[in-house]
Amino acid sequence: MKIRSEQFKGNVRKQLADEALQSNLSRFGGGFADRRRDALVKVDDFEALRDRGASIRAEVLENLDYWLLKFEAEAQRRGTQVHWAETGAEANQILLNIARNAGVQRVVKSKSMVSEESGLNEVLTEAGMTVTETDLGEYILQLANEPPSHIIAPAIHKSRDEVSALFEKHHGTPRTDDIPSLCEEARGQLRPHFLAADMGVSGGNFLIAETGSVTIVTNEGNGRMVTTLPRVHVAMTGIEKVLPTLEDLSAILRLLPRSATGQDITNYVSILTGVRDEGAMDGPQENHVILVDNGRSRLLGGDLHDALRCIRCGACMNHCPVYQNIGGHAYGWVYPGPIGAILTPAFLGLEKALDLPQASTLCAACEVVCPVRIPLPDLMRVLREKELTQGLRPWHERLSIRLWRWLALHPGWYAFAARWGTRLLRGMAGSDRLLHTLPGLDGWTQGRDMPAPQGETFRDQWRKKQAAERKIIPIRLDSSPSEKKAGLKK
Amino acid sequence: MRIGLFVTCLVDAMRPSIGFASVSLLEAAGCEVTIPDTQTCCGQPGFNSGDRPSGIQLGLAFLRDFEGFDAIVAPSGSCIGMIHDYPTLFKDDLALQARLNVLTAKCYELTDFLVNHAPKPLSPGRLSMTVSYHDSCTGLRQLEIKSQPRFLLQQTQGVELREMKDAEICCGFGGSFSIKLGDIATQMADKKCAHALETGCDAIVGGDLGCLLNIEGRLRRRGDPHTQVKHVAELLAESLVNPQLEKS
Repeated sequence: MKIRSEQFKGNVRKQLADEALQSNLSRFGGGFADRRRDALVKVDDFEALRDRGASIRAEVLENLDYWLLKFEAEAQRRGTQVHWAETGAEANQILLNIARNAGVQRVVKSKSMVSEESGLNEVLTEAGMTVTETDLGEYILQLANEPPSHIIAPAIHKSRDEVSALFEKHHGTPRTDDIPSLCEEARGQLRPHFLAADMGVSGGNFLIAETGSVTIVTNEGNGRMVTTLPRVHVAMTGIEKVLPTLEDLSAILRLLPRSATGQDITNYVSILTGVRDEGAMDGPQENHVILVDNGRSRLLGGDLHDALRCIRCGACMNHCPVYQNIGGHAYGWVYPGPIGAILTPAFLGLEKALDLPQASTLCAACEVVCPVRIPLPDLMRVLREKELTQGLRPWHERLSIRLWRWLALHPGWYAFAARWGTRLLRGMAGSDRLLHTLPGLDGWTQGRDMPAPQGETFRDQWRKKQAAERKIIPIRLDSSPSEKKAGLKK
Repeated sequence: MRIGLFVTCLVDAMRPSIGFASVSLLEAAGCEVTIPDTQTCCGQPGFNSGDRPSGIQLGLAFLRDFEGFDAIVAPSGSCIGMIHDYPTLFKDDLALQARLNVLTAKCYELTDFLVNHAPKPLSPGRLSMTVSYHDSCTGLRQLEIKSQPRFLLQQTQGVELREMKDAEICCGFGGSFSIKLGDIATQMADKKCAHALETGCDAIVGGDLGCLLNIEGRLRRRGDPHTQVKHVAELLAESLVNPQLEKS
């Protein structure tokens, strides 16, 4: 996928000025969050479940090589071919070779974020194949020629009117604002593609090591058709997605849909194991899994290790006030929101996404909902630290942090700076006691005033008050509370 | 009970009345208040910008200034949250970490201290106004400050608390975020103002001055010179001047 994370600030300006987008964002804003909250009421101890999820994922990552090799062996035992790709480009090439060897012309896809990472659709199209996205959201975006803006609801930024206009343009059908009719229309369009396809490409929500299975979790049924109707199925997924056992899967599946969409369970949970049995009616004759690294193994054992626990539920973006205001496209790559602010620089390189770890108030709304307890704000802080120590922040920012730290460590100078700083600001404020512009701080004053300091600094006022009280004390014979206060001063 | 008041750098510079209000409230709750005059800042602005030494060095300075008190109180959940993070910065020095653990266990946000830890309960006085309370993020999520300020406001005679929509959603301050990504921060603050104003309150109240400056700054720019933006300590301290009337 084309990388636009470097232009984050420009993307943000565009997104904030896009009235249609803002209206779509505010219409759905918090929708998933509300549904999640309602779903949790019905669960006995969701916090315990989060602990369980976090520990299952953490333990897998401790021995990832073991579990991956176990998965490979079990998958191979059941007739699945397992491929390893170090990069997205390598994954595309492997898939292309599989397709060519099998004489594939028509490909149907269910949602796969890893294939968005690698830009698979372009590669297959260039090789002369037709690729049809069959997840409704992805299908809409394929018609619109746009990238996804959310990891579980890729077209969340589009209104029904926009979808209807797209359908009118591409299907030649009359406009409608009835969502079931739009869905029906998409089904009608997609059905022939499913039936004619030679190859189905899916992602993989989880890989089950003990059975060599790929699990996919969907709501539309398209995933089932993609993985069972065509004669060749290829699942493309990240190496971190492995779970040791089906028992672990059952725990994670209690967390994932509730965290994501507030569903107790999704409409479809498919556990795909091996190839079509002899004499069976359906299932692929060839089954492949491409295990994609694409930067993930670099995170293992490092200070961003915990980000690999992610099960891609999207709860962090559903609860992120920054995401809710700018939408997913602003982040400029596959993964938006808080997890994207970590994964994008982690996978692509920090210099490709300098603004992303800064794009958070560290409000921790993401951290408290993450089903596998990824400490997202801490990880963003880790990346901020790397930016600073690697000299990737602007010189004036680095200088002001050092200056500020020096002052804060020298109380006398700090008091002096605060005294004169507040005097200056008060002098600059108008009769309304507000600062409408501040040199160097136009990031603030473009949209907000700055209330002027109230008066002398607290410590100056406190010192004067105490001095005044001390003058009175000597003529008193008893010891007053204020004298005690003065005496305690160091 | 000997209390060290950590005034916080923002209150010191921008709104000293919150510091004086905190002193009055703590004294009214039976505390003996001391304000170490070598205190500066908890280190959060640097630490959250990626400057770990800010957290470490100012953590040590905080230890020097405040270790000797029975309890340490600040009119900010954000700063107390940072202080509670100090021990994690000293993983290589277990002795120091242990001292910091002892220290941070007695560091409290003001309303939490007044409700749950003060030597005697605070009896707020009387005011006449409607207020809406904004939950600041660190206080809410790290320290679970939610009911404490509301309890105190509800104890204040004549104060009507009206909950705003999305009171728990960030106002967009986020320290340097509010400058680096000012356009996002502005839109977040704008939504916060709109939700607060929908309640028809006289004052938007919160427990962290950073958020309050952000909200007030946006409110004034929107052209609202009237709606007050107050720290909960200011309101409570003002109420102390008017003793409660006996209910007839």
